[in-house]
Amino acid sequence: MPLLLCMAEPSLLTAVRQGLERLGQAAAAKIWRLGFAARFFVAILLNSGTALRRFRLIIREIYFAGVQSLVIILVSGLFVGMVLGLQGYDTLQRYGSSEALGVLVALSLVRELGPVIAGLLFASRAGSAITAEIGLMKATEQIAAMEMMAVDPIARVVAPRFWAGVISMPLLAALFSAMGIFGGYLVGVQLIGVDEGSFWSQMQSSVDVREDILNGVIKSLVFGVAVSWIAVFEGYDAPPTAEGVSGATTRTVVTSSLAILALDFVLTALMFTGGNGK
Amino acid sequence: MASVPIVEIDKVSFGYDAARPVLHGVSLRIEPGSVVGIMGQSGCGKTTLLRIIAGWLKASAGATRVLGESVHELDSEGIYALRRKMGMLFQFGALFTDMTVFDNVAFQMREHTDLPPDLVHDLVMMKLEAVGLRGAAQRMPSELSGGMARRVALARAVALDPRLMLYDEPFTGLDPISLGVIARLIRTLNDSLGQTSIVVSHDVEECFGIVDYVYFVSAGRIVAEGKPDAMRRSGEAFVKQFVRGETDGPIPFHYPAPGYEADLAAAAVHG
Repeated sequence: MPLLLCMAEPSLLTAVRQGLERLGQAAAAKIWRLGFAARFFVAILLNSGTALRRFRLIIREIYFAGVQSLVIILVSGLFVGMVLGLQGYDTLQRYGSSEALGVLVALSLVRELGPVIAGLLFASRAGSAITAEIGLMKATEQIAAMEMMAVDPIARVVAPRFWAGVISMPLLAALFSAMGIFGGYLVGVQLIGVDEGSFWSQMQSSVDVREDILNGVIKSLVFGVAVSWIAVFEGYDAPPTAEGVSGATTRTVVTSSLAILALDFVLTALMFTGGNGK
Repeated sequence: MASVPIVEIDKVSFGYDAARPVLHGVSLRIEPGSVVGIMGQSGCGKTTLLRIIAGWLKASAGATRVLGESVHELDSEGIYALRRKMGMLFQFGALFTDMTVFDNVAFQMREHTDLPPDLVHDLVMMKLEAVGLRGAAQRMPSELSGGMARRVALARAVALDPRLMLYDEPFTGLDPISLGVIARLIRTLNDSLGQTSIVVSHDVEECFGIVDYVYFVSAGRIVAEGKPDAMRRSGEAFVKQFVRGETDGPIPFHYPAPGYEADLAAAAVHG
């Protein structure tokens, strides 16, 4: 190998060295940005007093992030539940246990699909909007104007949007799951003819409030924190140009989606394994 | 008569990094009640100077005293306390696009005071009346023309009767009528509210029409200062070139570049 290196052309060595330097610089920049994002997160928490005291600021943002996401969440939930009804029935009836359809639909939604799909939809619908809004406020000097008026933009603009996302996400995931169960009911009971009594009673007896529903709520809460944090950070950190804001919006959707899927694996591993019987 | 200046900048230097110095040892004094212009080309450092006065940027050397406070020694709370006594008009207004004109002007009153809504309403209407836009109180910023938006931003900036007003390129992108209106408002508000104003601009005629004193900045240094009439007669090469808008003078037309022939020859080789 040393012989090979000696024989290599100087230009090749330079190219390799430059490549490694670029790689190192890119890695250092990512780590620096991660540290900045962590400090930003702490700053949001420390500056949440104003938003929490003047709760109407958060309610206003819940309307934009949460209420305006309702249509996409409810419609998606209905269709996902209907597909679960069809697929679940097809599999279960092979083993003669189609009356367990209610359990399958409910557990799939409450434990996994509700938090995860609602989280992904929330990131695309509300997360991107939050990033674009804050980014454009920065590009049009609205954030600077606020600072000049001695009003802290993290307290007045960022914190209300962050908390609105954190509050909205579990509610949206719950509505997604409820709508999904209704979709499963429509297809399973009304369309295919699974026994209605078994559908509901098996669901009631098998879905545990703590193990299933609470864990699902915890997941959606964690996703809410992750998506809201990423969305407000990307917006606040966006270069104040058209390109900068569009890039930040894309990064919000991509990073949030990956974060949701990775966090889902970690949380599932912590919650549903380790001999807790589920 | 030696009055205490509202702004006193003493040998201030600043650079975004060591390789790119923006200001070199700038000193200036702004007396109470005056309207002072800071003029120069785009990128000469005049907006940076305004940002140092507002406590936005910290000078790397020198002292900045604003309204009796040493800005360079203040922490963020001190800067925020100082900014409550200042107002700033941004280049394009920077109105909050998700609020009505009324809410924009009321913003500071609601954030910083506990005034009852009736009083806030009356104060906002008085400010809007002063800029002639009381009738547009319920409009959204997107429904306003550029000149109207700038006037609303002006009403918002003076909402809490600041002692010092900073104007960052207030005339950019306005039609002649709006431009005249803004210029007149700057002077009127300054005199009627007992303010002191700093106008950063490169519009010679409009600026000279309203200021008491003007500083010329070039390449991060103050190259000339004086009353507008004296500046019109100034023999200083930069001032002459700037005021008359001449292409020949100390500011070259060409950005620094290697020899023209060498560049053309290089293109021929690469091509």
